[in-house]
Amino acid sequence: MATQVPALPVIVTLAQRELVRFFRQRNRVIGALLQPIMFWGLFSAGLRGNNLGFEFFFPGTITMILLFTAIFATVSIIEDRREGFLQSVLVAPAPRWAMVLGKILGGSVIALLQAVVFLGLGCATLGMPGSVAEVALSVALMGVIALALTGLGFLLAWRMESSQGFHAIMSVFLFPMWLLSGSLFPDHPQSWITWLSRFNPLTYGVAGLRHYLHFNEKLEYALPGLSVCWLVTAVFAVAMVVLSWRIAGTRTTGDLL
Amino acid sequence: MSADSAIDISGVSHHYGSRAAVDKVSLSVRSGEIFVFLGPNGSGKTTLFRVLSTLIPLQAGEVTILGQNLRSQATAIRGQIGVVFQAPSLDKKLTVAENLHHQGKLYGLAGAELRDRTLQMLAALGLADRTRDVVETLSGGMRRRVELAKGLLHRPRLLLLDEPSTGLDPGARSDLWKVLGEIRATDGVTIVLTTHLLEEAARADRIAIMHEGKLAALDTPAALQASVGGDSITIRTADPARLAAAVRQKFACEVIELDGTIRLEQPDGHQWIARLVEAFPREIETITLGKPTLEDVFIDRTGHRFWNESK
Repeated sequence: MATQVPALPVIVTLAQRELVRFFRQRNRVIGALLQPIMFWGLFSAGLRGNNLGFEFFFPGTITMILLFTAIFATVSIIEDRREGFLQSVLVAPAPRWAMVLGKILGGSVIALLQAVVFLGLGCATLGMPGSVAEVALSVALMGVIALALTGLGFLLAWRMESSQGFHAIMSVFLFPMWLLSGSLFPDHPQSWITWLSRFNPLTYGVAGLRHYLHFNEKLEYALPGLSVCWLVTAVFAVAMVVLSWRIAGTRTTGDLL
Repeated sequence: MSADSAIDISGVSHHYGSRAAVDKVSLSVRSGEIFVFLGPNGSGKTTLFRVLSTLIPLQAGEVTILGQNLRSQATAIRGQIGVVFQAPSLDKKLTVAENLHHQGKLYGLAGAELRDRTLQMLAALGLADRTRDVVETLSGGMRRRVELAKGLLHRPRLLLLDEPSTGLDPGARSDLWKVLGEIRATDGVTIVLTTHLLEEAARADRIAIMHEGKLAALDTPAALQASVGGDSITIRTADPARLAAAVRQKFACEVIELDGTIRLEQPDGHQWIARLVEAFPREIETITLGKPTLEDVFIDRTGHRFWNESK
């Protein structure tokens, strides 16, 4: 419709808002980075006996940073709703999909930035995890994973009325999803965990990162092929963004908190 | 439907489940007027507001806003109306200028136009020196002004406000009305607002009184008050039912019983007081005479006290 305003400035402005808000809340910036780094140190040190070290847990920690940051960035949609900001966005003449994409892109950029900071930390402490091209491709893949996870967060948060409810989802759904993504447990052909993780789209993101961030070690475990990793992650991202757009089109009294 | 009406509402109903929050309301808002929906909490005015602001879909009936059909041209309407919600819609972590910047982008403003318009609105609302303040540091009255600046940024032809004076002290409330008057005078903006404050409604050009989802009355404040018919006499007594019956029998006039009082509306109230006190010297504890207020209008049209439902 001619009266609808152009989408791109809407996407940019809403994404920009996410970033400004994020960096203005310093505890969020630190919290989202510190916890995964602690986990990285603890897991790596604690499981050294199993021949797993900092290098092994590196891609999984990146995934955890992406997961936590992306999810918490989109949980802010609950705040937007409660604080009233959302309703003024909903009555603006901007296309709904642009509003959704702005929110998701903003969260994704935040997640990606945090992951890249951690990647830098890894390079500084463990040396280059792969060739320059591999590292660059891994960042691109992180971007797609971030999109998928922010979309997932949006989808989960849209109908929720309080962020309390979200903590339950975090512990019974999102954290297990990370545990079953190959981030923590190496692949054992006979294990039921491996079997379960095949159905987890995040597994392919983690595997893709393992391909790129190998620290010149020989992989002692089987990984899905790189093209499969990209394909599944991309489909995951597109599906989450499309579903978010669809759910945001539903208007209920819940929009009015 | 007339050409100079800003809003035409025809047979609009809205249900939450089986409960009708708005029940077959029809009315028109004229272009350039300040129009108030007055009603206690739960009267349906906020639901109607949400329908008009395009926040919730129109369930039944027809609405035309600025000549466009709400059902089929909601996006076109959105671009031409400014909406100020009861709940604050500002991002508290952002500055005043940043809030307006994002709002402008959502309405398709950009570059120099957005900058100029932002400065213009901030100056008009006395916020010029607050541009860089983070919203959470502002007082309630200041925040309301930023909300107003936000709603007016894209030069809407119609401004909708839901309970705009909620949380404002009397001084800030008076400022708000001054600003609304100026907006209307300079830009010819039609202003529609909801309120549960009777004294606030009295400042409007016309008032629609809402009660239990229905339109109970619609007119100018003066005409509504005149319609009640003269003065209102309120009598406090131990047994209102008996006294009401006695007054009805003796004077053959209409008497309303209400919360332990009885009430009459008559021209020449002072003469009625003398008559009543003479006829029922023992029954009457206190008797008061008043010019009809909007509350009297509400009672007259609905048979309820205005504040009943919110108690």
